[in-house]
Amino acid sequence: MLELKHVSFEVSDEKEQKDIIRDISLTIDEKKFVVITGPNGGGKSTLAKLIVGIEHPTSGRIYFDGEDITDKSITERANMGISFAFQQPVRFKGIQVLDLLRMASGKRLNASDACEYLSEVGLCAKDYINREVNASLSGGELKRIEIATVLARGTRLSVFDEPEAGIDLWSFQNLIQVFERMQERTGDGSILIISHQERILNIADEIIVIGDGQIIRQGAREEVLPQLLGTASAVDVCNKFYQGGKQS
Amino acid sequence: MIDEIQKRLLEEVADLHTVPEGAYNIRANGQMAARNTTANIDIISKPDGSGIDIRIKPGTVHESVHIPVVLSQSGLKETVYNDFYIGEGSDVVIVAGCGIDNCGNQDSEHDGIHRFYLEKNAKVKYVEKHYGAGEGTGKRILNPGTEVYMAENSVMEMEMVQIKGVDSTIRDTKAELAAGARLVVRERLMTHGAQNAVSNYVVELNGEGASADVVSRSVAKESSYQKFDSRIVGNAPCSGHTECDAIIMDQARILAVPQLEANDLDAALIHEAAIGKIAGEQIIKLMTLGLTEAEAEEQIVNGFLK
Repeated sequence: MLELKHVSFEVSDEKEQKDIIRDISLTIDEKKFVVITGPNGGGKSTLAKLIVGIEHPTSGRIYFDGEDITDKSITERANMGISFAFQQPVRFKGIQVLDLLRMASGKRLNASDACEYLSEVGLCAKDYINREVNASLSGGELKRIEIATVLARGTRLSVFDEPEAGIDLWSFQNLIQVFERMQERTGDGSILIISHQERILNIADEIIVIGDGQIIRQGAREEVLPQLLGTASAVDVCNKFYQGGKQS
Repeated sequence: MIDEIQKRLLEEVADLHTVPEGAYNIRANGQMAARNTTANIDIISKPDGSGIDIRIKPGTVHESVHIPVVLSQSGLKETVYNDFYIGEGSDVVIVAGCGIDNCGNQDSEHDGIHRFYLEKNAKVKYVEKHYGAGEGTGKRILNPGTEVYMAENSVMEMEMVQIKGVDSTIRDTKAELAAGARLVVRERLMTHGAQNAVSNYVVELNGEGASADVVSRSVAKESSYQKFDSRIVGNAPCSGHTECDAIIMDQARILAVPQLEANDLDAALIHEAAIGKIAGEQIIKLMTLGLTEAEAEEQIVNGFLK
């Protein structure tokens, strides 16, 4: 479904040139739940932005369903069937949650359908449907609305950048269920999630570990996860702390 | 008497598809085109022909007055004085508005001067829409002047909208509030092309417990110019807030001048002003939902002005 061939991405300023992504090749097949993990600053979010078209690779090609999308715009890729949930959702003065869900679904969604998406991400729909997507919403509320917009799109490939950030642990199990149900519903669609959370890694079909702009490890969850949990090198500080707490 | 162009203008400025219920006075090309009064609301032409007096009896509730003005004749310039006397304890909706369709090459101008006298405990919701259309080179000019005199515990909510087609506007609004009176202003403005819009407010809070909230949201596109000058004066223990929130696009220019003057120790006054372009990440987010860049921009502007 998605294929990256020798993709590199570098940024340069007056002083230096920095390689963010270095020659990454990978394939995501249909009906897969893939989690990308790795240390902060390793290039994970940049990789997601390259896939959805917010950034364009310095070299290499990207294919979606066999078609070269490297030079396609964000809009074109979105309409081909790629969705993206931002790590830090954007706020809009005046645009209501219902407006945003309508734009996401691409049709004049009625209020009750919109409510279903909100309920699914754990928001009491009637309280939110007419709220503005502005600074009056908390970070956690925005994050859930962001996930609801991806649900409303229902595309073949959904990319989530750290969906768990800002969601309280109490609701975490529900989030896992959202992804599980989503995968059931999308048929041959696939989900790509950037995450540090062990519980999300636990439901992955495949895990890709990225560090320093390269793929460090890649494979089925059964192979990669034990190695990850055994070594501290590929997880960030919080995760190390979390595991330490659990062991004691 | 009212032609198709004028009908369309009426729809734009007063949401009127047929003749309104309640009291109304429709002015078309400088002449009275239709009028209706009710048992509680009287509309009288001024003897010198300069405008109308609208008299609302004390205790009138759930009634409305529509006083739209339409101009479809190029080159017409007029100044009209409308005075509203709103009786004690009444609660009414007043819908004004002016639509100009200028197909000719001469400037068309309507300067409407509205004076409101609210007696004690009177409550008014005032809606005013401005709209311009027509392909002519003549300018469409609207210069509304509004004066509001508010007695004890009266309430006035003003919604002012100018979204399209008016080439030049100078809006002067002046209000004086007695004890316990409350004024709420919501202005929405969009300018494009080479349009010019100036909005000046002076609100004087003269009695204890008077309060005012004057908020403008605007979008300036292309090479248009906007000035928002809002001044709140606290002469008593009172509270006042004014805010200007603007999106700037293309080569537009915006000047925001919020001003506060406290002449009493217990006058609590706040102003806020923000001008900025549409955030790139807002456009990107909507593009990831499948909208083009232009569609995304339109949705952001529409939402902002909603």
